[in-house]
Amino acid sequence: METITTDDVKHVATLARLDFNEEDIQQFTHQLARILDYIGKLNELDTTDVPPTAHPLPLRNVVKADVAKASYSRDVVLEGAPSAEEGYFEVPKVIE
Amino acid sequence: MPLYELTTHELHEKLKAREITAVELTQAMYDRIGAVEGQIKGYLTLTEDIALEGAAAADTGFQRGDEMPPLAGIPIAIKDVICTKGVLTTCGSEILGNFVSPYDATVMAKLHQQGTVMLGKTNMDEFAMGSSTENSAYQTTRNPWNLETIPGGSSGGSAAVVAAGEAICSLGSDTGGSIRQPAALCGVVGMKPTYGRISRFGLVAFASSLDQIGPFSKDVTDCALLLNAICGHDPMDSTSADLPVPDFTRSLINDLKGVKVGIPKEYFTAGIDPDVEESVRSAIEVLQESRAIIEEVSLPHTDYAMATYYIIAPAEASSNLARYDGIRYGFRAKDADELSDMYKKTRSQGFGEEVKRRIMLGTYALSSGYYDAYYLKAQKVRTLIKSDFDKAFETVDVVVTPTSPTAAFKIGERTADPLQMYLSDVLTTPASLAGLPGISIPCGLTQADLPIGLQILAAPFEEEKILQVAYTFEQNTDHHRKRPNLSPI
Repeated sequence: METITTDDVKHVATLARLDFNEEDIQQFTHQLARILDYIGKLNELDTTDVPPTAHPLPLRNVVKADVAKASYSRDVVLEGAPSAEEGYFEVPKVIE
Repeated sequence: MPLYELTTHELHEKLKAREITAVELTQAMYDRIGAVEGQIKGYLTLTEDIALEGAAAADTGFQRGDEMPPLAGIPIAIKDVICTKGVLTTCGSEILGNFVSPYDATVMAKLHQQGTVMLGKTNMDEFAMGSSTENSAYQTTRNPWNLETIPGGSSGGSAAVVAAGEAICSLGSDTGGSIRQPAALCGVVGMKPTYGRISRFGLVAFASSLDQIGPFSKDVTDCALLLNAICGHDPMDSTSADLPVPDFTRSLINDLKGVKVGIPKEYFTAGIDPDVEESVRSAIEVLQESRAIIEEVSLPHTDYAMATYYIIAPAEASSNLARYDGIRYGFRAKDADELSDMYKKTRSQGFGEEVKRRIMLGTYALSSGYYDAYYLKAQKVRTLIKSDFDKAFETVDVVVTPTSPTAAFKIGERTADPLQMYLSDVLTTPASLAGLPGISIPCGLTQADLPIGLQILAAPFEEEKILQVAYTFEQNTDHHRKRPNLSPI
């Protein structure tokens, strides 16, 4: 498996909505390369015919009855918001 | 013996006999906290007023002569990853520094039903990511056995406060070993039940296919009492198992006649500290003397568990932690001029280094072009690891191993090298990937007087077998009675 580059790290940071300075990018590239190198040992195993496990236990889809129920009041929900106005979450400008 | 040294079941007898009141007990706990917390730093929030109110309510029941549940009036500490209505839940992170949950986690509702008294919320690695509690945004918790060493992690606060007598018992959460490893390093009992045994509703998500809540206690009897209180199906968690919950105290049997104990050779490899290996080997002899049948078993994919875990857990984390966007709750960066800038600044300022590292690793593993090579590959190896255990449990009832390859390490010793820190969990992650129940119980001390943990694993929903083995071991040894030598300052 190829090793991770600083450009990969910058791309992934954008995907993850994280901002890093040049020094952080260098450090993360180095650390992630080392971790990925360790993880590379999985390639020693032939897993061609092995089914993937997403969950440790057999799970089936659980559906709830489609019944309207009371939820939290608007005030309670907005109480933790960094910024709220007139019953809405307030956010910075989205479009020009 | 001071009250804070006692167990839940001992205190329950005293409360029932009205030798003590729950209010006196709660006050005794806060006195103890006042005396040693400056050294331990296990708590992030103390909730004395609420605790005393709860204790008084329990006392009313005891005074009336009501049939009181085993945890009524018992002081407990809660890891700060479990939502508590009206009380801060920070997850050890700046991004949730001011977060007060509008609801209680299901486990909290269950504890309230029993009349348990919450003393406070305990310190942890940020978002439960770590093995030493050094990744907390707030403080470094000390191991009560040696204040220069870490308590383990990520539930380091919950383990340390029980070991230090600052709580009678506590709850933590275990994703790759975060209950078992700190329990081992602090010399207490810590159990991760089967994935699905306990509702995750109100447990702040790290890696949803692995996370599980579980108890810390001073002995196995207390562990069973706590499991009785918090296990069970919950319609609020679609992954919680709709299975009957046994009375776990019925597994407290001091005999192992006919019980088959598997010893996996892959868990006794080069990296194990000689003191740890010696203690675990003598623990196995104790089990044999209690009529257990000891057999060697093989879990051939053990060596691949860490690599698998460090794909799957960060991948799930990167997805779960996408919700921290500075809009609905928690921290928001102040100096942003538009929405996407606000996301970036909030997340970059709000998350600590290890959390960012795992988000990056997980996002990379899931990103276009790498998904098959990393995430899908890891899911396939997860199947191999799980089938190893399935095969082993066809012939044995439990598997016994060391919990951690070494005892507690020095503060700062592994922070510079993330990979070395990750390898602290090498013996606990395989069972996590397979969703198995596992316990760590004290089984000795190193020459440096640091606790050693014995890990006992069983097939899914076979907690009872684990408890029987753990209880038998405890009844025939006195490791669980050893306490750290802490002097109040």
